[in-house]
Amino acid sequence: MKTTDTPPPAGTDPPPGPGAGVGPAKERTAPGAVGASGGPGGGARGSGTRGERTGGVLNVFSHGILVVWAFLVVMPLLWAVLSSFKDDTSILSSPWSLPDTLRFENWSRAWTQAHMSDYFLNTIVVVAGSLVGTLLLGSMAAYVLARFDFPGNRFIYYLFIGGMSFPVMLALVPLFYVMNNIGLLNTIHGLILVYIAYSLPFTVFFLTSFFRTLPTSVAEAALIDGASHTRTFFQVMLPMAKPGLISVGIFNFLGQWNQYLLPTVLNTDPDKKVLSQGLVQLAVSQGYKGDWSGLFAGLVMAMLPVLATYIAFQRQVVAGLTAGALK
Amino acid sequence: MQHGKYRFIVGFLAAPLALYALFVIWPFVQSIYYSFTDWTGLSPDFAMVGFDNYTRMLDDGTFWKSLQHSLLFALLLPVVVLGLALFFAFMLNVGGRGRKGVAVTGVRGSSFYKIVYFFPQVLSIAIVALLFQFAYNPNSGAVNSALGALGVDARPEWLGDPKLALWCVMAVLVWSTTGFFVVLFSAGMASIPKDFYEAALLDGANRVTTFFRITLPLLWDTVQSGWVYMGILALGAESFAVVQIMTVGPGGPAESTNVLTLLVYQKAFRDGQAAYATTIGVALLVVTLAFAALVMRLGRRERLEY
Repeated sequence: MKTTDTPPPAGTDPPPGPGAGVGPAKERTAPGAVGASGGPGGGARGSGTRGERTGGVLNVFSHGILVVWAFLVVMPLLWAVLSSFKDDTSILSSPWSLPDTLRFENWSRAWTQAHMSDYFLNTIVVVAGSLVGTLLLGSMAAYVLARFDFPGNRFIYYLFIGGMSFPVMLALVPLFYVMNNIGLLNTIHGLILVYIAYSLPFTVFFLTSFFRTLPTSVAEAALIDGASHTRTFFQVMLPMAKPGLISVGIFNFLGQWNQYLLPTVLNTDPDKKVLSQGLVQLAVSQGYKGDWSGLFAGLVMAMLPVLATYIAFQRQVVAGLTAGALK
Repeated sequence: MQHGKYRFIVGFLAAPLALYALFVIWPFVQSIYYSFTDWTGLSPDFAMVGFDNYTRMLDDGTFWKSLQHSLLFALLLPVVVLGLALFFAFMLNVGGRGRKGVAVTGVRGSSFYKIVYFFPQVLSIAIVALLFQFAYNPNSGAVNSALGALGVDARPEWLGDPKLALWCVMAVLVWSTTGFFVVLFSAGMASIPKDFYEAALLDGANRVTTFFRITLPLLWDTVQSGWVYMGILALGAESFAVVQIMTVGPGGPAESTNVLTLLVYQKAFRDGQAAYATTIGVALLVVTLAFAALVMRLGRRERLEY
């Protein structure tokens, strides 16, 4: 309302004059108006040549878009947090109102009755197991592929890399029945193995190029001193590769923690559901009961740990997630 | 020494390769084979039927609709997302001018924006989809209520309206992926030498020229791999989660939002037509590879060294 109130005076000013003047008059007033509002934003660049004036106008306009996008990103999250403290009727009747009191019982209800605690536990077990496995197997394969010449090296490397661009869903149809036949369907350890297998392409891709950048002389010195290849890898190369392992570890952690497609197909046992599945389940069951506040509490509960981790380790997370694509 | 080397190579590659072959490569090979059978998935028996599944697919209206939606996702989403991300990243890294005596810098508060923009990336796509499903609720959702507060009287049905549902889903994907590319491009832009910008500034280039003549060419490799990455996401896992969780049906209303990944899932695990599902999956594979090849080809230009 406020934003639409200001233009009319500028627009209604011209009518007293002849009708033909309306167009140009508008054009004349527009830069002035924006320039004026640009004043407080950019006090430092005050000098008044025309080129800088248009730069200022553009700046205010573009900066406005940045603010709008930040607003669009934050508002849905804020809305979820607010809703998680409200009661069901006020969630439905006035979505944007502040909660009258902070109802922490929503959170405890979601945590216990809606099985959020189980989902958290399952997710932690699955992600811990698969993260360790991914890093270990991934770095072993990557080290061999990066540092040793042998027939088939390139073939195996491209076999791994190719996995990044195939649609996973295609493989999941037969995989479901393979897992069923070997008794791994709907088990935690089966899910861990699948997570590892589907994390390998990117991990191998990333770590291969990382191992190539490490100096060869240290490993050679260790070999001359009588260390075996295996010992050289674990005691010399892995410690040297720590920055790369951290980056790819963060990447895999987020990917596996947030994984939805794989568990939806391969892990349908209600007792073994991971967080992302559990929330969808919660949306169905709590929606049925009309317990919206419990559902929002569950959603926020699932959101907060990753957001908190991200804010705390912001630089490492960004480096880990973007490093791969920049290579 | 030589002997020890090969034993080491085999020992280190065996476990990762076996796991990868069993859970990734083998199912892919199998599913291409299954697409020529009449396997239901419910019983272990099946017979070869040649190209029957493929001819059936070409007559299947749902398949064509899903293909259309998937193609729209793959062609439109990367353009919108990468376009927005390039604009934001440029503003955050190069946009601010004449501040603190430095010639080239981001706008005020750029590090704050980078942190905030990245939020959706760390959230599970399932959480994002659930959140927006409620936000789109026509009666009590946050979107319509915000529209009401702004004085707009229209109360669209959003996900309930066959004309709007697909766009609602795409908007959620834009919301959830743009931040990643902003940060990705920011990292790329940070490695472009400042002298280039300073030289351009001295020559009187404005920001639009600077962007198209300096930033974009030097960032092209990153843009291209981002383009492929975004297209694969839009065809694959992300679109599955969003459509499956958010839309009615899922895939509705009136098949207006179904995408190929979801159709594969439904045919295999809801309708008991595993063989036909793999056929659609093969079509999805072809689309994905064609998309990647197309982008690599269209985007090929001389690599700039600096």
